[in-house]
Amino acid sequence: MGQTTVTHDSHAAHGHDHHEQSFIMKYFFSTDHKIIGLQYMFTGMFMAIVGGYFAYAFRMQLAFPGMEVPLYGTVGPGQYNMLITNHGAIMIFWVAMPVLIAAFGNILIPLMIGCDDMVFPRLNRLSYQIFLLSVVVLFMSFFVQGGGFGGAWTSYPPLSAVAEYNLTDWGASLWLIAVALEFVAFLIGGINFVTTSMNARAPGMRMTDIPIVVWMIVLASIMFMASVGPLIAGSVMLLMDQRVGTTFFVPSGGGDPVLWQHLFWFFGHPEVYVVLLPALGIVAEIMTTFARKKLFGYKTILYTTFATGGLAFVVWAHHQFIAGIDPRMANIFLVTTLLISIPIAEILFSYVATLYGGSIEFRTPMLWALGFLVTFLLGGVTGIYLGSSALDIYFHDSYFVIAHFHSTFFPIAIIGMFAGLYHWYPKMFGRMMDETLGKIHFWGTIIPFNGIFLPLFLVGMAGQHRRIYNFQHFPDLATADLQGIRVFATVSLVTMLLFQFVFAYNFFVSMFKGEKAPANPWKSNTLEWTVPSPPPHGNFAELPTVYRGPYEYSVPGNKEDYWPQNMPDRN
Amino acid sequence: MSMQGPLATSRSATGIPTGRLGVWWLLASEIFIFGGLIACYILYRLNNPWWGGEAVFTKVPAGAFNTFVLLTSSLFIVLAHDAAEKKDFDRAFKFIWYTIGGGGVFLLVKYYEYSSKLFADDPELLKTPLTNTYWSFYYTATGLHALHVIGGMVIMALISFDLRKGFNPHRVELIGLYWHFVDIVWIFLFPLLYIAK
Repeated sequence: MGQTTVTHDSHAAHGHDHHEQSFIMKYFFSTDHKIIGLQYMFTGMFMAIVGGYFAYAFRMQLAFPGMEVPLYGTVGPGQYNMLITNHGAIMIFWVAMPVLIAAFGNILIPLMIGCDDMVFPRLNRLSYQIFLLSVVVLFMSFFVQGGGFGGAWTSYPPLSAVAEYNLTDWGASLWLIAVALEFVAFLIGGINFVTTSMNARAPGMRMTDIPIVVWMIVLASIMFMASVGPLIAGSVMLLMDQRVGTTFFVPSGGGDPVLWQHLFWFFGHPEVYVVLLPALGIVAEIMTTFARKKLFGYKTILYTTFATGGLAFVVWAHHQFIAGIDPRMANIFLVTTLLISIPIAEILFSYVATLYGGSIEFRTPMLWALGFLVTFLLGGVTGIYLGSSALDIYFHDSYFVIAHFHSTFFPIAIIGMFAGLYHWYPKMFGRMMDETLGKIHFWGTIIPFNGIFLPLFLVGMAGQHRRIYNFQHFPDLATADLQGIRVFATVSLVTMLLFQFVFAYNFFVSMFKGEKAPANPWKSNTLEWTVPSPPPHGNFAELPTVYRGPYEYSVPGNKEDYWPQNMPDRN
Repeated sequence: MSMQGPLATSRSATGIPTGRLGVWWLLASEIFIFGGLIACYILYRLNNPWWGGEAVFTKVPAGAFNTFVLLTSSLFIVLAHDAAEKKDFDRAFKFIWYTIGGGGVFLLVKYYEYSSKLFADDPELLKTPLTNTYWSFYYTATGLHALHVIGGMVIMALISFDLRKGFNPHRVELIGLYWHFVDIVWIFLFPLLYIAK
C-alpha cells in the first residue's frame, strides 16, 4: 500500500471531472464504499445459499436416515460431519459477519455520517479481496483428499490438530487458513470502520448525533478486534500442530486441549455480540422510522451497549462447564453470564418503549424488525437455562443448545439481515421491493423457523445429543415420537427454504422492474435518505452539515412528522 | 493517500490525523494477537516449571545484543521522523535505511541462533519446534516477531524513495509507531523466553 498511484475511480473533491469507468474497474476493483458493500452482500448471500443447502442435506439425513437426498445424494457419517461443521462456520463467518458488519457497515457508515467514502478506500478494497480469497480457500478445503473438515465449527483439538484423528489432513488446515484469512479481512475492515466514524463525520455531528446502527457497527468492530487477537494466535498454534507437528494442544505431547477452548470461546462468545449489535442497530433505525417516534433512551442504549461489550469478555467459560474446569470458576462464569442478560433486556425494553404510543406502520421492514424482537427474546430467555452450570450439565451438547443458539443467531443474522435489506433496498438499488411478496416472505420464514427450532428444544430436553448422524443406532432416541418431531423440523426447514425463492424473485425482479424509489421513501431522518437513490459516486453533491440527532420524529410544531438531520430550519 | 482521494481521507473530526489513528487501531489489534500468544506461553510456563531447564539452551548474549540493536534502530527511526518534520529529506532517507540496517542485523543474529539449534550436530543442542512445547513456543513467538520485523523493513524500503523526493513525509511517523511496537514485543519476548530460567 506504499505507492502513490492514483486510483482509477478517485475523484477530486473540488472540480468534479466524471470519467466513465469500465465495468471491470467499477465492479471488481472499485474503492467506492457502496460497491464494496454490495460485493460483501452478494458474496454473503451466495454463501447463505451454500450454508442453507448444507443444512437441507443433513436435516434430510436426520429425518430420513440413509435416504438418497434429492439434489445431494447419500450422506455418510464423514459427509455429515463435514456438512454440520461447514454449515456452522459458513453461516457465522461467511454470512453473518460479511452481511451484517461488512456490507451494512460499508454501505451505511459513510452515508450516515455524511461523507463521500471510507477514510482508507484502498484498505477497504483489500479487505474484500482477502475475504474473497478466504471463500476460495474454504471451497478448496471441500475438494482435497479426505474431504472437507468435519471437526465442528469450534474445531476442538486434539480432533482438529491431528490428521490421524480427523482423517481430513489438508481439509482441516485449509479450513483453518480460510477462517484466519476471514479474521484478517475483518480486522482491516474494522480499523476502517472505527477510524472513519471517528474522523470523517460531517461538521456539526456530535457523538450523540450518530445513528445507533453506526455506533453498533463500530462497537462490534472494536469488540471483534479485542476478542479475535488471541484466537489468531491460537490459529497459528493449531496450524503449527497440524502442519509442523508441534503439540501445543495435543496432550500426548504435553499440550493442553482446554487452552484452545479458552482461546476459542474468548473470541466465540463476544462474537455473538459482534453480530448481535449491528442487528440491534438496524432494528433501531427501522423501529423509529416506522413508529414515527424518537428512540427511547438513546444514551441509555449506548451505555448499556458499553456494559454488554465489557461483560461479553468475561462470560466465555460458560461454554466449558463440563470441560473439566474448576467448579468454583464455573460459579463465577455463571454469575457473569446471568448478569449479561440485564443490559440486553434493557435494550429490548428500550425498543418496546420506543414502539409504545407510536403510530406504527406495518411495512415489510417493520415486520422483520418486530419479528427480530420476538424470536430473539426466545433465544435470550433459553440462554438463562444454559448459563446455569447445574442445568448445563444435562443440556450440554444436546439439541437444546442447538435450538437456543439458532433462536439467537437466526434473528440476528437472517431476520436482521432481511430487515436491513428491505429497509435500505430502495437506497441500494433505486427501486422499491414488492410489499405483498415481502410480507409473504416474512410469514413464510418466521413461522417455519419456529417450526424447526421449537420442536428441537423438546428433543433436546428428551436427551437427544448433537453431532450424531443417525439416531436409529440409539434405541432410546430411535422412538417413533422422537422421529416424528425430527421429520416435522425437517419439513419446516424445507418449507422455509422454499419461501426464500419468493425473496429471490422479489429481490432480482424489483432490481429491474420495481417502482422507482424516491430519495426518501420511508420519510426517515438520517443522512443517507437526503441523497438520490441509488447515491451517485461521491454520495453528496454538497457535503452536509448536521444540526440535530437522528430520531427527531413527530416533533410538535413541525409541519412534517420527520426532521432530517441536515435541515437547518423547522420542517 | 493520494491528493485526489475522497474528501473523507482528509477529514479529522477528532483532531488526530486519520493515518495515525488507523495505525493506533492496527497496533491495538496486534497487541491482542501477541498478548494472546504471550498469555498462553505464561500459562503453560507456570504449569511446567521444568521449561527453565530448556531456556538455558537459548543464547542470552545474542538475545541481549539483538535487544540493543532493535532499540538503536528505534532511535534511528525517531531521528528519521525528526528530519522529515524539518523537511531534511536526505537525512530522513539516510536514517530510514539505518533503521532497515538495524532490522537486517537483528535478522542475521536470529538466523545464527536458529541455525545453531536446528542444525546442531550434538543431539544435546539440537532443538527444533518438535523437541517439546517450550521450543514450539520459542520458534512460533520469535518467528511471528521476525515476520513483523521483515514486514516493517519492506514497508520502510518502499516509502523511503518517495520520502527522499519529499512525498508523504507523515508516513515516517506511522512506520515509526509500528517499529516501536515491534521493539516492545521483543522486550516482552526476550525476558520471557531467554532470561527466565
